[in-house]
Order: sequence, then C-alpha cells, then structure tokens
Amino acid sequence: MTTFTDPPSESFRLSMLLNDTRYRSYTFQFIALLILIVMMAYLGMNLVRNLAAAGLNISYEFLDQPAGYDINQSLIDYNSQSTHMTAAVVGIINTLLVAFLACLTATLIGVVAGVLRLSKNWLVSKLMAAYVEAFRNVPVLIWIIIIFTVVTAVLPGARAYLGEDPEYDLFLGMMAFTNRGVYIPALIWGPGSGVVAAVFVASIFGVFAYRRYARNLLFETGRLLPMGWPSLAILIVPSLLVFFVMGQPITMDMPDPLANRFNLRGGLQIGAPLIALWLALSIYTGAFIAENVRAGIQAISKGQTEAAASLGLRPNRIMNLVVLPQALRVIIPPLISQYLNITKNSSLAIAVGYADVTATLGGITLNQTGRAIECVLLLMLFYLVISLSISSIMNVYNKSVSLKER
Amino acid sequence: MKKTVFLGALTVAGLAAGAAAAATLDDVKARGKLNCGVTTGLVGFAAPDSNGEWNGFDVSVCRAVAAAVLGDATAVEFVPTTGKTRFTALASGEIDMLARNTTWTFSRDVDLKFTFVGVNYYDGQGFLAPKNLGVSSAKDLDGATVCIQTGTTTELNLADFFRANKIEYQPVPIETNAEAQQQYLAGACDVFTTDASGLAATRATFENPGDHVLMPEIISKEPLGPLVRHGDEEWSDIVRWTLNALISAEELGITSANIAEMSAGTNNPEINRILGTEGTLGEMLGLDAEWAKRAIAAGGNYGEIFAKNIGEATPIGLARGLNAQWTDGGLLYSPPFR
Repeated sequence: MTTFTDPPSESFRLSMLLNDTRYRSYTFQFIALLILIVMMAYLGMNLVRNLAAAGLNISYEFLDQPAGYDINQSLIDYNSQSTHMTAAVVGIINTLLVAFLACLTATLIGVVAGVLRLSKNWLVSKLMAAYVEAFRNVPVLIWIIIIFTVVTAVLPGARAYLGEDPEYDLFLGMMAFTNRGVYIPALIWGPGSGVVAAVFVASIFGVFAYRRYARNLLFETGRLLPMGWPSLAILIVPSLLVFFVMGQPITMDMPDPLANRFNLRGGLQIGAPLIALWLALSIYTGAFIAENVRAGIQAISKGQTEAAASLGLRPNRIMNLVVLPQALRVIIPPLISQYLNITKNSSLAIAVGYADVTATLGGITLNQTGRAIECVLLLMLFYLVISLSISSIMNVYNKSVSLKER
Repeated sequence: MKKTVFLGALTVAGLAAGAAAAATLDDVKARGKLNCGVTTGLVGFAAPDSNGEWNGFDVSVCRAVAAAVLGDATAVEFVPTTGKTRFTALASGEIDMLARNTTWTFSRDVDLKFTFVGVNYYDGQGFLAPKNLGVSSAKDLDGATVCIQTGTTTELNLADFFRANKIEYQPVPIETNAEAQQQYLAGACDVFTTDASGLAATRATFENPGDHVLMPEIISKEPLGPLVRHGDEEWSDIVRWTLNALISAEELGITSANIAEMSAGTNNPEINRILGTEGTLGEMLGLDAEWAKRAIAAGGNYGEIFAKNIGEATPIGLARGLNAQWTDGGLLYSPPFR
C-alpha cells in the first residue's frame, strides 16, 4: 500500500544557502558584495588615516578663494579675481561647448561616411574605409596634437594681418584665419534687436508648422508641396523685413587689424585650441559613428530596399524614408556611448591649451591649491553627472525611435 | 607599499602609500637608493644625456644627498615628475625628496605640509620674445598672446603683473615645456613666460638662440629649492645641511680638486668640521664623519655645480647674479657649521 505524503515542508535550513541552487547564488552575491564593501572601506580608511598622519585634511574651502589666474576662453564673466568655483564653472561650460559641437559634427561626419562606405562607387567606398581605419586606429590625443600642429604651422601668425600694409587682407573684409584662431564678425545687439530675434525664433516654429501642414496634405490628398525653398523663405524673409523695418538694430563688430600691434581686436575669436580639439574629436569619433551607421544600415534586410525600389522610390528617398529610420534603432544605443566618449575625451584639451574643466579645476586650480584629492573627486563627479545626463537624454530619444509593438 | 601597487588603479590610493613612514633615512638606507623627484626634462637643471644619465643643477643636489647618505653618488633613482604630480609623489612617499625647480611659497610650506630645506636657485619669472617683435619691455605687451608652461606659480604672477599694469593679454596655458616651445616658435603666441632660468634653458635649445631676447622685467620672486615632507626632521636636516655644505664649500674654497688635500686637515676649523676631521657633526646627523666630504666630492661645490650645468660657459649661459655668494653681493648665505 502506498501512502501519499505531503511534499516535504519548505522549512528553510541554513545549509540550504550552500546546497540549494535556489539560494546558492544569493549567498555568493552577498559574499562578493561584502568583499567589495570591505575593500572600499579599507581604501577609504587608508586614505583618511594617511592624510591624518601627514597632517592633511579634505577641505573644499579653496573653492571660495580667488583663483588668481586668467582663462583665455570664457563664455561667462570671469577675471583673475573670480573664485576657483567660477573658474571651474568656466571650465565646465567650455567642456560642454566643445562636447556639444563635436557631437553634432561627429554625427554628421559619421552618418555621411557610414552611408558612403556602403556606396557602390568603388573609389568612394574605399576612401571612406581608409578614413575610418586611419582615424579609428590612432589614439585621439595624437590626432589632437597633429591637427593643432597643422593649424599652427599652416595658418599665418596674427601679425600677418596687422598694420596699415598687412601681408594678408581680411577675407571678405571680415574674417581672418590665423594660427591663434579664426576671427569672425561679432553681432552687436542694439535696441530693438530683441524684436528681430523674436521674429526669427517665431519663423523657426513657422517652418515646422509649414512642414507638418505639407506632410498632412500629402498624406490626405496626395499633393506634394515643395519643401526646400518655402522653408528657407519662411525662415529668412520675415526676419529680414523686420530687421530693415526696425532700422537695422543688429550691427556687426569687425575684427580690427589696426587696434593692437600683437593681435586683431574686436570681432569674435574662435581660438585655435577650440578648433583643433573640436576638429580632432569630430573626425576621430566620426569614424566610430560611421561604423555604427554602417552596421545599422546593414542590419536592415535587403527586402526593405527592394520593396521600396519596387514602389518606385528613388535611392535617395529609400535611404531617407525607409532604411535610415529603421537603422536608427540599431544605431542609437552605440551612438550614446560615442557621445560619452566625446565628452570624456575632451579632457585631453590641456594638450593644446584649451581651458576645459580638466585644465582649470583639474589643472591650474589643483596645482595652485595642491588639493589634488578634492579636485579629482569633483572632476569625477562632474564627468559622472554629465555622462549620466547624456545617456539618459539619449535613452529617451532611443525609446522614441524604437520599434513600438502594437 | 605592495598593497598600494595592487590597488593602484584607484586614484585615491596614490596618496595612500606610506605617508606615515617617518624614518625616511632608514628607508633610504634599507633600499640602498635615494628616490629623487626631478623634472621630466629641462636642460641644465635635470635632463638625461645621450647615455641616459641624468645631469643638471637639480640632479647634482640629489647626487650630493645620495653621496652623503649612501656613500654613492650614483645610487639615485630619478623619478620624473610633472608640475601636477610632484606634490602627490612627495606626499605619498614615492620620492624621498623633490629637487624640481619648485618655488618656496607659504601655502606649499604650510598648507601642503612640505619642508623647504633651503634655496638652491633664486629665480624670477621673465618673458622671452622674438627680437623682431620689437618689444623692449614687458609693459609694452598690451594685447599680446602669452604662452605659459602650466604647473608652476606662473599663471598667478602673470595675472597679477598684467592687472597691476592695467594691460590685457591672452593666456595660452600649455602643459609641457616642449609643446609650449613649439607654439612659441610657430608664432601662435607672441611671448613665452616661465622662470627666467627655464627661459634661458629653453632658449639654449633653439636653432637660433640669438633671435630671441629676455625682457628686462622679472615679475616675481621664485626661490627654488629642494623640499621634503613635513614630519621627519632628521631627514630634512640631512638634506638641508647637505645643501648648506655645498654652499659653504664654495665660500670656504673647498673644491672637488683640493678636497682630498684639505681633508688631511687645515688651519680653518670650519673646513675641518665640514670635512669631518674635527668635531662630530656627522654623528649628530645620524651619518658618519665624512658625509659632507662625499657630498662635495660628488659634483664639486655649489659654484662648480653652477658653472658646469647652467653657468656662463654653458649654452644656457646664466650669470650668477643673485645666486652669487653673499660675500660677492649675492644672496647665498649658509648658516655656519659648528
């Protein structure tokens, strides 16, 4: 006779932590975590103990002291009497500026190179392959220095533009290309210029509204409105009209070759360090993005292209309307890490004298105050915050283009 | 130390190593080598020659200390440091002393907890400009672009100088001397600024040194000297008095040529005390009697070291100026040996 017994009750025994596969992994995870915590604690204690033994302390008071040094590129008000904190903020803004510019151009270069690398034209695709391999396989620091050296060696010194009878004349009477940077006219916002700016911003919205209208019209009636020139007209014409109606409130400040014996005065100077860093980061990361784009495009099945072609779409439109939107799903996630790379690689700026946050807070401030640990911790915090922000913003975008299953 | 190497990936750990080690002298003796922090390469002050041997004015101080402590002027491990890494290297115990044209300032001494044992070069910040720029004074530099080698007190002096004179400038901070030099030569900056001695050393490496002039203005006081960590007075005494022995040797006429003869005994009791034939100065330092004799024999007295590395007969061509003995109108003044 068989008796049915209940399955053994699920009473938890300590030995199950090792013997039962359901719990064993937790045990090991817990041990690993414990070891990690102990190690970090040991390092932290070691640091504190040794600092105390050397009579040093961790203090951020230096951030309120006057920095005492000048910075060559500052988008906010800064002079040598500003605090170390302000100097750090100037550096942060400069980092963000170069990272932003480089992300834009790297994406542009990367998409173009990635698409062209798949071109059926042998020369074009091989040229792009050569570009990708050359730039991807040489460290970015070397590219930064090469480009900076080329910029300083090829372009004339600022003095070539100076004086009554200069060696070089201003390009179009308004631009100068020197090895200290490019000088372009700066805009002076006179009274009433706010109206012009407001109209311009409104026109940008107008362009979007027109494009939406045109698209809806296309979907509903099949009528195709021209896109290119009306957009351009909407963007420019109202602003121009208002500009003249208001009596030309925005004027240009030209670089002046006569004001100073060493440098051009006036205008807007885009420093050579910024140009070199921007260019180097763009084309270096552009090579990586090109590969991402190529991978994304090749991930789209050939059937899609063929189906689009059989509908009579031109190759240009196939790429823009069918392939790229689908490829974006594959491209965006690795693109995020390329953007993070750009931001982090911008810390090589000091090699060419660009005042990013590593050069101000992590360079001169660190050096002048000797507060190495404090400065490095702040730098780590900054890069962490920036990187996490970029990746969260890009993740939102990724969600918006990812496949929505219905 | 081993543990630190193991965990070295963490930046913070860099500062953790052996900062508490107090008996530097015992460490150096046990190791058999002196770890001396120098520049990454500044001709005349510290730079490896074609055989990889470190030579220079600062290097000689390291060698003198090694000779005094270990009896061997070549028992030195030279650790190249940048302006950024030097203080961390010293504070962490990676190096026993730093001889890297480092300016003695209040905050470095007091806040960073270092002991400057003396001054081996009285320097000041100057400007180097191309001759064809036609500038005769740094006060004419309104609007100029200035290349700076970062990692010194240079940036601050520069900002102060231009502010005090109410003129403008554009700073281009460059991390290494080599890069800054290249920028300057390419004309990306009008003038190059750092300590005048460094400028002279840099100019000496140019193709046409004669095409560049040093501005007459010296805009700061830069007493450069070797330094050690706070908290080990025995060790700082050794480095301090080794430096003083080199300076006193010049004052008293002890040279590498006559030191053997003099150590047989002279009529001057101070010379005898330095060379260990009279008194027990070496014992007081925790060394033997002939420590200073070896230190001086290693590279000669202060004047010989100066002449050999950076003096007027060398390409660097620095005059003694402030660095002459006090008896010759300079600032070098060693406390007496007694």
